[in-house]
Amino acid sequence: MTENRGRVRQNITALWTLVTKEYIRIVRIWIQTLVPPAITMSLYFVIFGNLIGRRIGEMDGFGYMQFIAPGLIMMSVITNAYGNVVSSFFGAKFARHIEEMLVSPMPASLILLGHVAGGVIRGLLVGLLVTLIALFFTDLRPEHPFVTISVVFLTAVVFALAGLINAIFARKFDDISIIPTFVLTPLTYLGGVFYSISLLPDFWQRVSLANPVLYMVNAFRYGILGVSDIPIDYAYLIIGVFIVSLYSFALLLLKRGVGIRE
Amino acid sequence: MRALQIRGLTKVYDNGMQALKGIDLDVEEGEFCALLGPNGAGKTTTIGILTSLVNKTAGSVQIFGHDIDRDLTLAKSCLGLVPQEINLNLFEKVFNIVVTQGGYYGIPHHLAMERAEKYLTQLQLWDRRDEVARSLSGGMKRRLMIARALVHEPRLLILDEPTAGVDIEIRRSMWSFLRQINAEGTTIILTTHYLEEAENLCRHVAIIDEGTIIENDRMSRVLRKLSVETLVLNLDRDLQEPPRLPGYEIRMVDSSTIEVDVQSNRGINELFADLTRQDLRVVSMRNKANRLEELFLNIVDNKPAASRGAS
Ligand SMILES: Nc1ncnc2c1ncn2[C@@H]1O[C@H](COP(=O)(O)OP(=O)(O)O)[C@@H](O)[C@H]1O
Ligand SMILES: [Mg+2]
Repeated sequence: MTENRGRVRQNITALWTLVTKEYIRIVRIWIQTLVPPAITMSLYFVIFGNLIGRRIGEMDGFGYMQFIAPGLIMMSVITNAYGNVVSSFFGAKFARHIEEMLVSPMPASLILLGHVAGGVIRGLLVGLLVTLIALFFTDLRPEHPFVTISVVFLTAVVFALAGLINAIFARKFDDISIIPTFVLTPLTYLGGVFYSISLLPDFWQRVSLANPVLYMVNAFRYGILGVSDIPIDYAYLIIGVFIVSLYSFALLLLKRGVGIRE
Repeated sequence: MRALQIRGLTKVYDNGMQALKGIDLDVEEGEFCALLGPNGAGKTTTIGILTSLVNKTAGSVQIFGHDIDRDLTLAKSCLGLVPQEINLNLFEKVFNIVVTQGGYYGIPHHLAMERAEKYLTQLQLWDRRDEVARSLSGGMKRRLMIARALVHEPRLLILDEPTAGVDIEIRRSMWSFLRQINAEGTTIILTTHYLEEAENLCRHVAIIDEGTIIENDRMSRVLRKLSVETLVLNLDRDLQEPPRLPGYEIRMVDSSTIEVDVQSNRGINELFADLTRQDLRVVSMRNKANRLEELFLNIVDNKPAASRGAS
């Protein structure tokens, strides 16, 4: 009994240590972690939202700038949640200080949670920053605050988990940019960030529905603007399924020691 | 209490390399034990399995009675590791590295900070606490890894070639530090290429070669074995049983050939005189290779196992 309580306290300390370390890393190298997405997103707002957007006119009854703002926020959350875990975990693997955790009694589930928390923190920090930037260009007042917050948080969890799995399998630095370039970016760009899928021909609309990012972006847009191409329940369901399966897979990999133990 | 008990430990790497061929090893609490062997013998593999960095193929390991298959968390809490390869986060500050490691072991923050100060001071790194690990010399990085391994005050400290590439002065100060924490009760296992180091520090020695433990005894006894030469003598007539010569270990090879163990410092004239007295004449004689001695020479020369001739 007391032994169990001691164990729980030790685990809390270990998790807290890892999360703090991840947070400090994000803030310490803010030039690499926080500034680039802020600059990229400002450019998107200026070019797509302002210059080109004025020609485009309305989308789903909103000004183009207002329409893409939620999508761009989600895009930066996704990229940064993923990118943080990939580079932190792979970096630790590469320099081998991952061994500091592996020799310690902290269970694999906490190593997983700590890294995912790091990704979520970075994703949300960047998301907040991009939201502040968006407010210079347009008006954003969440229609459904609970949906907004829960969707952005859960989406960050999904992509932090995906980033962890990428990092577990990665053997060299190339391997941590392949998935973001060839999978993540296309899925996000085609995930309804810049347009409503109602603009697409029937066939491509149906193809788009196979893209999980579409559901997350639309659910978030629903939270802020109140419009969506898809039913919100589906979005939660899909996010839930992804979280459970990615979590189980990542935990299995960590426990087996894939990529980190001989 | 037994600090470490290894039974039938086997490791086959994915590429088919059999690095450990079923080793048994016991280390009692309070021991200072050397694990000695040439490059590629399997020392790092063994340590990797003890510290959960390498998955074993077969066999069992108990650390202070905690089986690593059933009681891994408790087993891990008893262990501290100073690995062979530098595995520090080079961009992290010295002090933070030690405190963070304490956190992973579940040590409360204030206590981890106290201990970091204590061990960094003892290892002469306290002045460098705010520098990033990258700026440290090789010897300092080793000492930082020792401080890091001690922050949870493990009962068993394992060091994998801690003094490789460290200059002699620092090596000596590391030795006295290790002797001190051993005297304070920490069991220590250390692998090394330096025979001098093992002789100097360790009361117990296990010798491993090509994945097999070939010797596991008190240091003094191993050193004595080392000083024994085995002579193979062909005699001028057949014997029914080995001649009785007090003070010598004698075995029959065949009816006219015997093997005699002789202390190197004793000389062989005396042996010949004793044999003559029993009316035995030596027709020819050769020196039997002493595997242990050969191994030691190779360890000292630091030759990889593969370059040795068959013995
Ligand atoms: N990751 C690995 N994959 C395949 N073989 C390995 C690996 N690590 C070590 N070995 C092999 O296992 C044997 C034992 O190596 P090791 O335990 O490092 O020896 P030591 O530490 O005694 O020098 C060597 O032949 C080595 O080449
Ligand atoms: Mg080695």
